[in-house]
Amino acid sequence: MADSEARKVIELGYGGNERLVMNMGPQHPSAHGVFRAILTLEGETVVAVDAVIGYLHRCHEKLGEMLTYVQYPTIASKTDYVAAMTAELAYVTAVEKVASFEVPKRAQYLRVMVAELQRVASHCLWLGTWCLDMGGALGGGATVFLYCIRERELVLDLFESLTGARLLYGFHQIGGTRYDVPPGWAQTCRETIALIEQRVDEYEAMLEDNAFFLVRTQGVGVIHPALAQEVGISGPLARGSGIDFDLRRAEPYSSYQDFDFKVPVETAGDCYARYRVRMQEFRESIKIVRQVLDGLPEGPISSRPGVKSVGQVRVPKGEGYSRVEGARGEIGFYIVSDGGPKPYRMKVRGASFSNLAILPHIIPGCKIADVVAIMGSVDPVFGEVDR
Amino acid sequence: MPPLVGDALAAFILLNAVVGMVTYVTLLERKFAARMQSRIGPYRVGPHGLLQPIADALKLMMKEDIVPRAADRWVYNLAPIAFLIPCVLIFATIPFAPRLGLADLNIGVLFFLAVSSLEIVGLFMGGWGSNNKYALLSAMRAVNQIISYDLPFVFAALIPVVLAGSLQMSAIVAAQQGLWFVFYPVIGQLGFVAFLVATLAAENRVPFDILEAESELVAGFRVEYSGMKFAIIQLGEYAHMIASSFLGALLFLGGWLGPGSDVPAVGVLWFVLKALLVFLVVTWVRWSFVRIRVDQILAVSWKLLLPATVGLLLVTAFWVAWRGAPGA
Repeated sequence: MADSEARKVIELGYGGNERLVMNMGPQHPSAHGVFRAILTLEGETVVAVDAVIGYLHRCHEKLGEMLTYVQYPTIASKTDYVAAMTAELAYVTAVEKVASFEVPKRAQYLRVMVAELQRVASHCLWLGTWCLDMGGALGGGATVFLYCIRERELVLDLFESLTGARLLYGFHQIGGTRYDVPPGWAQTCRETIALIEQRVDEYEAMLEDNAFFLVRTQGVGVIHPALAQEVGISGPLARGSGIDFDLRRAEPYSSYQDFDFKVPVETAGDCYARYRVRMQEFRESIKIVRQVLDGLPEGPISSRPGVKSVGQVRVPKGEGYSRVEGARGEIGFYIVSDGGPKPYRMKVRGASFSNLAILPHIIPGCKIADVVAIMGSVDPVFGEVDR
Repeated sequence: MPPLVGDALAAFILLNAVVGMVTYVTLLERKFAARMQSRIGPYRVGPHGLLQPIADALKLMMKEDIVPRAADRWVYNLAPIAFLIPCVLIFATIPFAPRLGLADLNIGVLFFLAVSSLEIVGLFMGGWGSNNKYALLSAMRAVNQIISYDLPFVFAALIPVVLAGSLQMSAIVAAQQGLWFVFYPVIGQLGFVAFLVATLAAENRVPFDILEAESELVAGFRVEYSGMKFAIIQLGEYAHMIASSFLGALLFLGGWLGPGSDVPAVGVLWFVLKALLVFLVVTWVRWSFVRIRVDQILAVSWKLLLPATVGLLLVTAFWVAWRGAPGA
């Protein structure tokens, strides 16, 4: 059906072709933030969808030009606030690339560790909210949600004892990390990840033997690999469609080449495949954290210790782009420096923004109930979409 | 005492018992769900949260009553009452112990099934009158679902009727004197499971709660209701749920039969316990499954549940014709 034809609305008629335009959002329980989907419905079937974003726009790119290299990392964590560690990491690696700063090995390992713990925490929230979308706040979904939040809290407790914050950390700084692991932290971390690993098995047992869960996810929202590449989705979403690409392996940053991990790939391309990819990523991330804890080298945690003023870090003239594999896909920062303490221009590539663009391609033809299931499986964070 | 006054008094007592039961069953469900989700549940209002339902009811009474400007006022305002009446009316036929009920009709089961499906009228009125697209979609789904699930519900409920050879509720219980119907090999168990599934759908509970579907349709047909009207809809829904649990306990679990049930009070206790068991099974299902899609719900009903219940009913009928009704 042509796109313009799909959008034609006949609200009153007797030919069985009546259509209804329904706003899903910006305030909607399953919007995962503030997202507005204008659905054109034919009965229960969605024939067209318009995605409206921008409700959470906070001028992050302009903020990046106004704040210095010392100040901005804590603000970068507010783009993807569910996985703040990787958002910060993306910014500092971009600046370090432009400035050619060295990062000590210990700092690189610590960065990998927090990034992977963050991935676990982020996937916990994803699984919980996604089940909440499908099962409802007054049903089995809420049960899974509360289990997942319980595990996410454990990871946040680890971050709290590491940085003092639970959501937006300010852990990374240009040239290294701001904090080192406190005494006894490594042991707590090992116990926590062992517990989470065991709980992931429990989730799988609860969901994968559940016929209702399977019928809601299998064959729903199929993304063809060609479409995935055309739209430019990344992360678990692309890997669920059989695209074997992970920046941690393709362009290792922050010493990822030192660690042994698998990149899970599923070929079905449906919601269930994306679920499988993320469930395997839980385990791979836990594996990486264990390797970091085992092989954490001694040494300084920053090549530029002791920040005395906000304008202390100066980056020579130049520009560069650096990207990292966040929990939702590729997060990139493009920095143009004119030699001062602030970037001249900054551009952010949010993973959720590109991933969200897949919705109009896969939603038409689905039922309303599938819309929320598909949106949940895309796992957008609107702080990152709108920036 | 003139008979009319006696009946009115009995009805008044029953109505209040129903309302009291509904308020405390919500607390039971919340506590039960909380335990499933490794939480504590309501705890602050009164000892162990025992006054929570009363606080909730008071809160709902004091809430502002909002009527959307675009709503069809008559339909919108009448809908909660139209929804509540059938849900409460079905209690009239349930005997809680021998001769302890409002009206032990000789067509009790038929009355229950007929009146309980009338709730769809109030539901559709609410969905239509709210003039809200979410509510309208929910009302459409409701009609779809109730039509699909009433048939298997009726067929599953007819299995005990055929076994007992009577539509009268007290006669059905009397027929289970020797053995509860749920313990009849194969027929009883399958019939009970089919009855439970159909009950879940008729009560609009997860995994069949597509009318409410708070993650898609926000709250479905009651999205525009607030305050006491919302409370009445909630009350009706829970009353229906409890009545269905009582029906399940009565049809399959032997009603008030049990050790010491010659004493009416003990019989009532047994009956309430069995009904709570049915209710908790339904609640357990609710808090463990995700919701399924509207087309899948219809497929389950027409392709699986309906043929299964019809088949079971036929098998039961042949068996009764061959061996004679156990209750007769």
